[in-house]
Amino acid sequence: MGLLSDPNRRKALTGLLTRLNTPICIVCYLAGIVWFMGLAFEPFTLRTYMSENAMGSTMVEERFSSGERALSLAKEFDPPSACCGLNGMPVEWLVKAMQSRGLEVFTQSFSRKLPFPDENKERYMVRGTNVYGILRAPRAPRTEALVITAPCSPGNTNNQAVALLLALAQYFRNQIYWAKDIIFLVNEHDLIGTQAWLEGYHHTNITGMEYSPLQGRAGSIQAALSLELSSDVITSLDLVLEGLNGQLPNLDLANLFYAFCQKLGVLCTIQGKLQRNDWDTAEGYTHAAQTMMLMVLKQACGRSWGDHGLFLRYHIEAASVRGINSFRHYKTDATTIGRLLEGMVRKLNNLLERLHQSYFFYLLPSLSRFVSIGYYMPAFGLLAVILLLRALDLWVHLGAPALAAVDGVTEPSSPGVLTVLTPVVISHLTGVALYLLPVHLQEMAVEHFPVSETEAVVLTAIAIYTAGLALPHNTQRLLSGEGTEQGWKVLKLTALLYLAVLLGCTALINFSLGFILAVTLVPITASITPHMPKALYAVVMVLLSPAFTILYCVFIYQELIEAPVSVSEGWMLFLSVISQGILDHALYGSLVYPLLALFIYPCWLMFWNILFWN
Amino acid sequence: MLILSSLLLFILLAAARDEFQEELVIRPLHSGDIYASFQFRTLWDTDFLQEGQKVSHYRLFPKSLGQVLSKFSVRELHISFTQGFWRTMQWGQPFIPSPPGAELWVWFHDTVSDVDGNWKELTNVLSGIFCASLNFIDLTNTVQPSASFKPLGLGNATDHRFLRYATLPREIVCTENLTPWKKLLPCGSKAGLAVLMKSEKLFHSSFHSQAVHIRPICQDEQCSSKAWELRQTLNVVFDLHTSGQGKKEWSLFKMFSRTLTEACPLASSSKVYVDITDNPELFELSPATPLLGQAVVLGDRRTYSVYDLIMPTSSMVLSPCALGDMLRPLLHAERYVAGFGLQTGEIHTVIYNNHPYRAFPVLLMDSVPWYLQLYIHTLTVTSKSRDNKPSYIHYQPAKDRHRPHLLEMLIQLPPHSMTEVTVQFERALLKWTEYTPDPNHGFYVGSSVVSALVPSMVAMRTNFTQDQPLFSSFVPVKEESSYFVRVYTEPLLVNLPTPDFSMPYNVICLTCTVVAVGYGSFYNLLTRTFQVDEPSPPLSKRLANLIRRMRGVPLLT
Repeated sequence: MGLLSDPNRRKALTGLLTRLNTPICIVCYLAGIVWFMGLAFEPFTLRTYMSENAMGSTMVEERFSSGERALSLAKEFDPPSACCGLNGMPVEWLVKAMQSRGLEVFTQSFSRKLPFPDENKERYMVRGTNVYGILRAPRAPRTEALVITAPCSPGNTNNQAVALLLALAQYFRNQIYWAKDIIFLVNEHDLIGTQAWLEGYHHTNITGMEYSPLQGRAGSIQAALSLELSSDVITSLDLVLEGLNGQLPNLDLANLFYAFCQKLGVLCTIQGKLQRNDWDTAEGYTHAAQTMMLMVLKQACGRSWGDHGLFLRYHIEAASVRGINSFRHYKTDATTIGRLLEGMVRKLNNLLERLHQSYFFYLLPSLSRFVSIGYYMPAFGLLAVILLLRALDLWVHLGAPALAAVDGVTEPSSPGVLTVLTPVVISHLTGVALYLLPVHLQEMAVEHFPVSETEAVVLTAIAIYTAGLALPHNTQRLLSGEGTEQGWKVLKLTALLYLAVLLGCTALINFSLGFILAVTLVPITASITPHMPKALYAVVMVLLSPAFTILYCVFIYQELIEAPVSVSEGWMLFLSVISQGILDHALYGSLVYPLLALFIYPCWLMFWNILFWN
Repeated sequence: MLILSSLLLFILLAAARDEFQEELVIRPLHSGDIYASFQFRTLWDTDFLQEGQKVSHYRLFPKSLGQVLSKFSVRELHISFTQGFWRTMQWGQPFIPSPPGAELWVWFHDTVSDVDGNWKELTNVLSGIFCASLNFIDLTNTVQPSASFKPLGLGNATDHRFLRYATLPREIVCTENLTPWKKLLPCGSKAGLAVLMKSEKLFHSSFHSQAVHIRPICQDEQCSSKAWELRQTLNVVFDLHTSGQGKKEWSLFKMFSRTLTEACPLASSSKVYVDITDNPELFELSPATPLLGQAVVLGDRRTYSVYDLIMPTSSMVLSPCALGDMLRPLLHAERYVAGFGLQTGEIHTVIYNNHPYRAFPVLLMDSVPWYLQLYIHTLTVTSKSRDNKPSYIHYQPAKDRHRPHLLEMLIQLPPHSMTEVTVQFERALLKWTEYTPDPNHGFYVGSSVVSALVPSMVAMRTNFTQDQPLFSSFVPVKEESSYFVRVYTEPLLVNLPTPDFSMPYNVICLTCTVVAVGYGSFYNLLTRTFQVDEPSPPLSKRLANLIRRMRGVPLLT
C-alpha cells in the first residue's frame, strides 16, 4: 500500500495506466478471447469425477430386463389411442396402466393462454392433463422423492419413453430397496405441462398458469430425470443440462450419466457430439471447442432445453436424457436404456443429502472433461477489466481540470446532473417500451397491418428497437443546452460503470450470456467518443448491438449443429428466436428478454448517445 | 413354616392379580396388502404410585418399566416407534395410529414438582430401555398440548402442565428397537404369538410400527379399584405385490416365515382374528373356523374369524382374497411445504372430511421447530373456499433455541369438504455448529396431529366389558354416535440455508488475505504520520562530510 500512500508513485501509476490505457485494453481483450478459446484445450481442463460419496463407490446391479415388453407396450400405446397424436394424451389409458402397476395415480389438468400464438409449436390456447403415479417407498415417511418424466406432447412421438417409463414402474414396484418415493410423470404439452405440475406441486403461481391442485405428493423432490426417445431406433443417448436462465444441475448428475454409459457401453453424447480422444490434433481441439461453444450458446439463451430445465428453479437437480438416431453402426436397445435409468435412479435413491458436492457452475467441452468456474471466470474478468480501466482513465481526465485552465480556456462549470440523467432516463424509457409494447400492442398491430399476432409482436419489437436508435440522442440538449466535453465524459463514465456492473452480475448467474455480451459490447463501448467519424462508427455500433449479437448467435449455432442456413432462413430463425424469448419469459419466467430490453439495450443506447453528442 | 406358607399365599394372591392377553388381527386391505396387528396386554392391579408402598415383586409386568413408572411418578406413558407412513387413503384407519419416527407422550402425576427434570431423566432412561435416540428429546422439541392429548386411562387430569409430548420424526426403527420391545413380553419371543416376530420379515414390509402404552384403568365396571395396563402393540403391513409375485394369496408362514403352534403358557387368552368383512364369500380360510366374531371398531362393524390358540385346532391361515371397494376414510389429512427458495415458505395442512352430510370438529396440533419462524398473522383456515374461523386457538410462540412453536386449533369441518390450513414461515440461519452432520439433507418437522370424534356409521359400544377384543377397546368410547380417531400427517423435510461446509479452508485463506492486505494497508495509511523528507545529500557530499568529521572540521550542509 506504500504505492498508494506515496503521491509520486500514485501519480506515476495513474500516469502509466492512462498513457498505456489503449494498449492494455487491447491486450486484455485479446487475452480474454484467447483464454476462453483455451478452455476447450484438453490439457487445461479437468477430468470429471464423482464427488458425491453416496453415488460413488456403492455397487448397483442393473437387472431391468423388460425392454421388449416396453417396446410392445409402446406399440399398444401408439396407434389406437394416438398418444401424443392430435387427440392429446390418452389419460384414461395411462391412469389404468399406472394403476395396474401398483402406483398411486393422480391427474392434474391445466390450461394456459399464451400471450400470442406460438408459431413454432402451433399453440395458443393450451389445455392439457398431466398424469403421474407415485411409487411409495416401503417404510419411508413420504419426505423425499425422485421424479422421472416423459413428455408426451402432440406432434412428437415420445411413446417409447412413456412405455419405458411404465415398464420401469412395473419393475421398480417389485423392488424392496427404495428409500425415496418415485414419481412417474407423463406431462402433456412438454414444458407447459411440466411448469403446471411443478407449480402445482409447490403450490406457487409465478406465471399465471391455471391448474387444478395436486392430490398426491411425496415430500421434497431430490432429483429428476426427463426421458425423451423420439425415434424408434436409438443409437446414442444425449445428455441435456442447460436449464432455465442458464442454470445447470449439479455436475454429479452428468458424471452419473457418464459413468453408467461407460459401464453399459452405451454411446453417449453431449450437445449431440461424441467425445474424441485426439485432443492434440487440430480437429480434436476444434471438436471440443465446438462442443463447448454449443453449450455456451445454449446456456446464454436462457431457455430450458428440456423438461428438466424447469425443475432447477425449485432446487431440484435435473437432466434430460434424449435418445438420438444418428450414428449408423450402433444400436441401443430399450433394455439397455432401461438399465441405464435403473442404475441412475438407484444411485440417486442412495443419496443421503441433496446433490451438492460437485460443481454447479461449469462448462463441458466433452462429457469426461469440465471447466470449472475458477477457470472460465478469468476470461470474463479480462473483458470486464477493460471497462474499469476505461472508467479509470476517464475519471483521471475528469479530475484534472487544471491542465485546461493552464491553456487559458475558461472551463465551464462541471456538467449538471441533468446532462447525464436525461439520456439515462430516456434510454431506460425506451427499454421499458421495448419490454412492454410488443405484447400489448399486438392487437392494434394486427388490425392495421396484414400480419399474424406473432409477427406483429416480433416486428413491433424490432421497430421499437430501431426507433430507439433515432429517438434519444441529443436529448440532453433539451434541458441543458449544448453538450460539453465534460458532459459526454461523465455520461460515458456512468455508462461504463453501469455496463460493468450489469455484465458482472449477469456473468455470475449466467456466465455464457455475460461473456457473449461482453465480447460484442466491450470493444465498441470502450472506444466510443463523439469525435469519431459518425457514419462509420454508427454502422459499427449497430453491427455490435445486442440484436445483432442474437443474429450472429443464430448463425453460429446453426453452423455448429451442422445445419447451416442461408441469410433469409437465418433471418426467419432470428425472428422466431425473438418470439421464443418473449414467450419463454411469459411462460416460464426466463429472464433474458427483460435483461436485454430493460438493461442491456438502454445501456447500449447511452453509448449511442455519446457517439452523437454535440 | 407359618410365615413361609403365608408368604406363599401372598405370592399366589399377588399372582392371581395379574393377567396377560395376546391377540393378532389380520386384515386384508383393499390395496391388496395385509395388515397384521399384534396386541399384548398385561393387567396388574397394583399401584406404583402409592405413598410408602414399594412394589418390588414382579411377575408378568416387566420390572424395568415398573421401576420407571414409580421412580418418575408417571401416570400414563405412550411411546411408539414407526418406520413408514400409514397410508390412510389406501389402508383405512389403523387400530392405533402413530406418526413416522418416534413419539413419546407422558402424563406425570400431579405430585411431581419438577416436571421438566423428570421428563429429561425419563427420556434418557427410556432411550436406554428401547435402544433408541430418545435422549435427543429436549426442551427444543417438547411441547405441552393443551387439548389434543388427553389421558386415555383413569383420572381426569386436565392440567397440561403435567403433560409432555415430543416426536423425533427422523428416528429410524430397526431390529435393535424390536429386541428390547420383545423382551418386555412375559414369554419373550419364545412362545405364543410373539413367535411370529422375526425381524427379518417384520422389516420386509411397507409399514412397521411398535408401541408401548401404559395407563391406569378400572378393574371392573364399578371402577372400585385401579389396575395398571401395559399394552404392547405391533402393526405391520405386508406388501403382497412385492413378495407374492402377483398372487393374492397369503399365509402366516409366507408373511412371518413361522407358523403358530401354541399360545404363550402365561396368557389367559390368545386369539387370532381374521377380518372377513369384505366379500366373505371370496375368502377361503383354511383351516375354516366355526367361530365368528363381530366387533365394532372405528365406526364400522366388522366380522372376524376367530382362532383361539388356547384350544387350538390348527395353525395355518391361507386365503386368496379379492379387491373390493373401500370405504373412504372419513377423516384424512396431509401436509406439504409450498414455495421455493431458501428464504420463506408456507406450510399447508389439508384436512378432508369425507362424511357425506355430517360436519364435525377436529383438533389440529402443530409443533414446529424454532428454526422455522412462523408468521402467525398469515395463518388462514379455508374450507370450501371460504374463511373458516377456528373456535379455539392455542398458540405458543417459539423461543430461539429453547422451545418450538405449538399451535392448536379447533376447526369445524363442513361435510364432504377439504379444509386447508396455511401458515407462512421464514427459514432461520443457524449457527454453524447447530447444523446436523448432513445439513443438505434438510431438517425434519414432525407430523401434525388431527384428533377428532368422527360420527360413526354404526352404534359404538360404550359399556366396558372384558371380553371384547383388545383391538377394539383401546380408546374409551364415551358416546354411541361417534368414535375417536387420531390422524397423523406426513413429516416435512425442509431445507434451510446451508453454508458450504467444504469452504472453511477457503474462508480462512480469504479472511487472512483480506485482513493482511486490506486491513493492514488501511491501518497503515490511517496511522502513519506523513512528513516531507529532505532529499538526501549526494554521495560526494556525504563522503566529504565523512572526511571532514574525521578531520574535526565543521561539516558541509
